[in-house]
Amino acid sequence: MLLFCAVSYGAMIFTQFNAVKGFTSIPSAIQWGISNFYPAAHSFEKLPAILNKLLETILTAIAASTIAAVFALFFSVFGSKITKVNNILSIMSRGVATLFRNIDVAAWALILLFSFGQSVLTGYFALFFVSFGFLTRAFIEVLDEVGESSVEALKATGASYPMIILKSVIPSSTPQMISWILFMIEINIRSATLVGILTGTGIGFSFDLYYKNLDYNTASLVVLTIVVSILILEYLSNYVRRVIL
Amino acid sequence: MEANSVKSDVSPEKPYRHYKSNKIRVKRLTKPSLIVRLTLGILILLTVYSFITIDYESVDLLGGIAATITNFKTMFFAPHFSNFTFLQGLYAVMITMGLALLTTVFGAVIALFLGLWSAENLSSGRISNGIKGFVAIIRAVPTVLWVLIFAVSAGLGSVAAIIGMTFHSMGYLVKAYSESFEELDKGVIEALRASGANWWQIVVQAVIPSSLTYLVSWTFLRFEINFAVAIAMGAAAGAGGIGYDMFMASSYYYDLNEIGTITYYILAFAILLEIIATRIKSNLHASQT
Repeated sequence: MLLFCAVSYGAMIFTQFNAVKGFTSIPSAIQWGISNFYPAAHSFEKLPAILNKLLETILTAIAASTIAAVFALFFSVFGSKITKVNNILSIMSRGVATLFRNIDVAAWALILLFSFGQSVLTGYFALFFVSFGFLTRAFIEVLDEVGESSVEALKATGASYPMIILKSVIPSSTPQMISWILFMIEINIRSATLVGILTGTGIGFSFDLYYKNLDYNTASLVVLTIVVSILILEYLSNYVRRVIL
Repeated sequence: MEANSVKSDVSPEKPYRHYKSNKIRVKRLTKPSLIVRLTLGILILLTVYSFITIDYESVDLLGGIAATITNFKTMFFAPHFSNFTFLQGLYAVMITMGLALLTTVFGAVIALFLGLWSAENLSSGRISNGIKGFVAIIRAVPTVLWVLIFAVSAGLGSVAAIIGMTFHSMGYLVKAYSESFEELDKGVIEALRASGANWWQIVVQAVIPSSLTYLVSWTFLRFEINFAVAIAMGAAAGAGGIGYDMFMASSYYYDLNEIGTITYYILAFAILLEIIATRIKSNLHASQT
């Protein structure tokens, strides 16, 4: 416990975090929020433009997750202990997934800015890379869990490798994989906001624009639309999960 | 699919189905499998739609991919130090680590209490639903927006970043904690209550010890996430650390080789954290069985 406090205190010095200033800033932030951070009448004029950007961001997040899931499916079949073809391919696919997953989405965005510039594609590929790494890890765990018994039984009946994978392993792990994909989409919409600020696209850029113009009323409207869309999405994916799992 | 249809045929909610019709049901499409297909179909449709409508802004896709591969080569095979030394880089990573640690600790402490009050078996329904709704809204706002909102009153820098990140960590951990508290057997709490233990005694003697392993693994998972978020906050909200160096190297110096160096730093620490997390997880599994 003492060690823990010492480490935390050291971290405070490292980050130059002033605890007193930090915690006293919360009430003033709330006060400021109540008096400034609400959508005013003039900000609703920009609502169509904001919704347009929001739709673009959500679609990018979904597309990145879905395509990443397709790639992750292949890599996880090769990477899983149960369904692997051989050890070399297994280690290679796990390694690739580790590499893509552990570089943060913001880092990917900054790297990809060099080749794709300020376009939607930069954000798309940044989200795609991280989703791919994350989903490969998740899918490998699903396959390890689900496949164990059925693979052995089917091998004993003489079923071929592609048959085992296509007819048993993948169908029985589909519900859990879908659950992970939905989770990934939720994460990606949040990350897309961040990536948007860095690459100048989508809803992140809209927020950044109004924020830097000190138009806090409109910025709050942007935040509100993001919150509503994430809550709706969470509700939908919880519903799907409840039914399929 | 087959497994699903068998399961729902014998499900207790619809036992009358067998008696209602004398025909043998040949329909295999049960509700779960229908939803699975529907979800996949909608996702594929949306993906195709987004590729059609995406604004390519005359970006050359193949050229971009080729450029990315060359950039990767420059990054990973020719990293160099130009704006900072090896030790300064290490120091920057330590700042990022410090941001992640502080926000996780603050978030965990607050979340422990809110988690107890929002667990259905330890609190009243109204308070529980209130807290759950409140943290759902906190979680729905992306971390970077929290940081930027706090930056208006606290100024850009580590203070705003820490408060903003703590907010989001707290929202995440309250959900995780309260779910693990709710898994506790009802009988235990009832028995303690019957023997005259008060709320704090129940919490300290029964609830926390029995869910401690879950709490530890969720908290460490959040620490891992917070490390990534701290990098992002350095880049997007001026919180300092390795993320800020990366942002400078990318947006101001256009120095790909240095980005390579920074990427190696990030990778090394992230993989280290992941190894520790896997170890904690396997200990958790071992202690459960």
